[in-house]
Amino acid sequence: MQLSVNGIERSIEAPPMSRLLDVLREGLHLTGVKEGCGEGECGACSVLIDGELANSCLVPILQVEGASITTIEGVAHGEKLHTVQQAFLDHGGAQCGICTPGMILAAIALLEQHSNPTLEHIKEGLAGNLCRCTGYMRIFEAVVQAVRP
Amino acid sequence: MRSHVPSYELVVARDLPHALSMLTEGFRPIAGGTDVMVLFEAGKLAHKKWMSIRGLPELRTIDVTPDHITFGALTTYTDVRRSAIIAAEFPLMIEAAALTGGIATQNRGTIGGNIVNASPAADTPPALLVYDAEVELTSPRGSRWVPYTQFHKGYKVMDLASDELLTRIRLPRKFASWTHFYRKVGTRRAQAISKVCFAGVRRGDQMRVALGSVGPAPIFLENSDISAISPIDDVRSTARYRMQVAKNLMEEFLHASA
Amino acid sequence: MPRKEGARKVTGQAQYVDDLKFPGMIYGATVRNPARRGNIRGIAFLPGVPWDEFTIVTAKDIPGKNYVALILNDQPFLAGEITAHGEEAIVLIAHPDRYLVEEARRRVRIDVEALPCVDSLEDSLAGSLNGTEIIWGDNNIFKSYFMNKGDVDRGFAEADLIIEGDYETGAQEQLYIESNGMIAVANPHDGVTVWGSMQCPYYVHKALIPLFGLTPEKIRVIQMETGGGFGGKEEYPSMIAGHAALLAWKSGRPVKLIYDRAEDMTATTKRHPSRTKHRTGVTRDGKLVAMEIDFDIDGGAYATLSAVVLSRGTIHAAGPYSCPNVRIRSRALATTYPPHGAFRGFGAPQSIFALERQMNKVAAALGLPPEEFRRRNFLHGGDTTATGQVIREKVDLDDLLFRALELSHYHHHRDTFDRANPASRLKRGIGFATFMHGAGFTGSGEVALSSVVTVEATREGKVRILAASTEIGQGTNTIFSQIAADALGVDYSLIELAQPDTSTVPNSGPTVASRTVMVVGKLVEAACVGLKHKLIFSGLLEPGYSSVEFAHAAAAYIDRIGPLRASGEYKPPPNVSWNDETYQGDAYGAYAWAVYVAIVTVDPVTYEVRVDDFVAMQEVGKVIHPVLAMGQIEGGVAQAIGFALYERVAWNNGRMANGQMTNYIMPTSADLPPIRVFFAENPYAYGPSGAKGIGELPMDGVAPAILNAIEHATGVAFNHIPLVPELVMESLLAR
Repeated sequence: MQLSVNGIERSIEAPPMSRLLDVLREGLHLTGVKEGCGEGECGACSVLIDGELANSCLVPILQVEGASITTIEGVAHGEKLHTVQQAFLDHGGAQCGICTPGMILAAIALLEQHSNPTLEHIKEGLAGNLCRCTGYMRIFEAVVQAVRP
Repeated sequence: MRSHVPSYELVVARDLPHALSMLTEGFRPIAGGTDVMVLFEAGKLAHKKWMSIRGLPELRTIDVTPDHITFGALTTYTDVRRSAIIAAEFPLMIEAAALTGGIATQNRGTIGGNIVNASPAADTPPALLVYDAEVELTSPRGSRWVPYTQFHKGYKVMDLASDELLTRIRLPRKFASWTHFYRKVGTRRAQAISKVCFAGVRRGDQMRVALGSVGPAPIFLENSDISAISPIDDVRSTARYRMQVAKNLMEEFLHASA
Repeated sequence: MPRKEGARKVTGQAQYVDDLKFPGMIYGATVRNPARRGNIRGIAFLPGVPWDEFTIVTAKDIPGKNYVALILNDQPFLAGEITAHGEEAIVLIAHPDRYLVEEARRRVRIDVEALPCVDSLEDSLAGSLNGTEIIWGDNNIFKSYFMNKGDVDRGFAEADLIIEGDYETGAQEQLYIESNGMIAVANPHDGVTVWGSMQCPYYVHKALIPLFGLTPEKIRVIQMETGGGFGGKEEYPSMIAGHAALLAWKSGRPVKLIYDRAEDMTATTKRHPSRTKHRTGVTRDGKLVAMEIDFDIDGGAYATLSAVVLSRGTIHAAGPYSCPNVRIRSRALATTYPPHGAFRGFGAPQSIFALERQMNKVAAALGLPPEEFRRRNFLHGGDTTATGQVIREKVDLDDLLFRALELSHYHHHRDTFDRANPASRLKRGIGFATFMHGAGFTGSGEVALSSVVTVEATREGKVRILAASTEIGQGTNTIFSQIAADALGVDYSLIELAQPDTSTVPNSGPTVASRTVMVVGKLVEAACVGLKHKLIFSGLLEPGYSSVEFAHAAAAYIDRIGPLRASGEYKPPPNVSWNDETYQGDAYGAYAWAVYVAIVTVDPVTYEVRVDDFVAMQEVGKVIHPVLAMGQIEGGVAQAIGFALYERVAWNNGRMANGQMTNYIMPTSADLPPIRVFFAENPYAYGPSGAKGIGELPMDGVAPAILNAIEHATGVAFNHIPLVPELVMESLLAR
């Protein structure tokens, strides 16, 4: 089957119930997509499917035939980090780094909905992405800084 | 991943008739996957033949007529949250959708899936119950509308034949001027599974109350009698807590809507 | 300074163990005891999978010694004849098809003949006292301590008031978001190599030596990027590394063994549950004259690190107060739960919770405001702690308290809530805790470790730090680079870190106990000073050099003289002494001091407690990197809010029944208050650039501050955490 991943058309072979997570990690070597819980609770495996945030551990591969997937590997423009990535780097939004790819994608999806989010928007938008290191404060700060002109 | 992935079948339903014909061949529907895939990961998905109905556009509509709002079973939580008419007339649906999982779950999870997964702890059923919803069940034999209050019969037991698909949900547009009250109690404020979920609407003497997580299925309280609930102890909470909080919420509702 | 490995993390390029794949690699799984404590009668492999294609390992296949080398060496890698708890590993299996491994795991039947179990501290003690059920050693006691200062009986005789209290804390799961995992390559010719997620490469190294009966140089342990630890990857990774290596040894192929979330939560270690009994004697004018503390922790079925967890909990049990007479008895007891282990704070959060609730109780009994009672008893310079340690550093708890109460508008809120609560549906309260945390290993521990760090210059003019201290999110790479850059007087970008690999880095000790910056960072500093001096004394570099001149000089040194390296070795600060027999002396080189304030709302409809505001005021020496330091405190406070209010391990028949992120409730971004972090600076003479340890401190004082606030809000004294809404309800209804 065919799908587009980070702007590149890919054709893959996998059992139809394979999790998108496993196909991305094992089949396409996009290991920036992380498995945290396997039950849609932690958000470490977040990707964008046709621009919408999704937990790739809960998506059977057959359901994304023809879809356009964005993973953390497709967020930067070449060597230049996305403004959200840069803000996470500058403001301590990443500690151990395991929730970071999913958190950044959730933040990007949030900013698509709210270009100038309030703290409540940020808290709600990121509530599906668990972080055990930061207590979330530096992450909120990073999102706020990412949209500052 | 605790399941043997290659031994599961998954096919895509092309359209509704195709989906209905495959139902009769033993394929079960998977929509947003936010419940089915959790069981799959845990190695607890016994059934092995599945069909994806996620792509059926005819089941992802929100239609407005003078008497009803009718939405397709594949309407997602995000779709609900973005609907101005639902916000205006059925605000508890908005609250329930906003409190179900995180954004990623809301983007894929569906209202129809939330109903037929039949978790006692689901968050939209209490809202649907108080809004006097009806559900449309479709099979090759035809369609029938069932009052949602009559749909859940016990733990994961529903008025749903094996060849029937839940296709639409409709709400009568008579509650806009009522007082609406919703509380989800799940210890944390996001990503929680309800310990008690309470929905109530009221206009003068007329009152409708429904709860989740206090019995084997979402429950509509006839005569708003809170003593009809039968909560249990489980890993999330205790029967005593659920009973007491349900009573407190009832009082709170009466107070808030007085 | 941006985080040293930050760019790799924000782009998804950082390599964690599950991201590695080796040619010919097969997948391992662990089959655990399906019952509880008992005799293993048989193992059957049911049909349905091609068993002849599987590698199967049981205790009989172990080439060396069947124990996880740690402190007491009582825990086997694989249970053989007897199994001690319900999550114990008994069989290992591996196959090239990862999905088939799970099918096979379900088809292993282990027949266990049940033996009696011990499910509580009470039962364990009863066994110890009456000999009813002994499940470990002679008396179910892994370790006990007795600490005595002054004459406690005389203290109580002089007291005007004696106040007693009982306190309990529950198990807590570390819940790092990257679950545990290892990859191993092992054969008799090349020895054993493991790659994995871990805090302490040399702990794993030490455990693999007897398991295979190999010499140390035949064992190689490499740390991959590690997605959080919090103590949960201190000792348990040794077990997983052993399992992966046993499968690799038998199969001759690389083996990947990754725990899924459910297995990680149910089978690996958690924070020790505890029970503390306080008896406190005070004079009418509010001076402490006697403290008697009994502190027991539940170690689970094997000793693991219980002795040292107990030690830290014991030493911190009397807190930052000056009391002439203190007697502390403590025990780590055996039960039939899976072993409890290291978790941020390491015993101190448990005993400090009890103490800071007790201090409020005593203050109330005296009719004193809690802050005034504490002021009358704070430790000051020259006073002695419960271990008899004379406080030589400048300590100003009064100032920390004053500032914390100001920053939180404590008195204003207290008055406002007192006025509003009677007529309000929601009840609000404010409370605080004062506490300290000793950094580094206890007593003589650091001397015994004698850690080493090496730095070496590269031909490109960069300086590489070689240490076994791991980056697990807390910022080791960044801080070490910063310390090195400062000590060398060169640019931060010139500093590199060697991947922790026991074949190339010296043993700088485990990454635990808030020791990495304060103790190991000092060794980085010393090594860098040594390197700089070598260059200067060689005549290749003049003082006042630039980064570019340094790089040229280093390259020239390597070309003309040879490798340019220097090491730093641990030396204890002067005038430090510790007696392991009496548990008296200088317990820690330095303490961090803190006052935390919480504002809460209690909802009497749902019995839920929400934390509305949190002020964390602390003195941690000199803050080296403000962003990382704030991140450490904020993350610790968040984890401790979970410990206080949300995170309940539901035990069912000796097992964790809620081993999913769905049912074990850690705080989300929507659950936390603003966490407002403040530092008072007081450089520590023996820390790098004046820094002290910081990592564990924020775990200690949060729960008592919150419960003190809840008592203010409700008038009910809750003394058990996690204080979940079900418990709040029971107490409020009983009132």
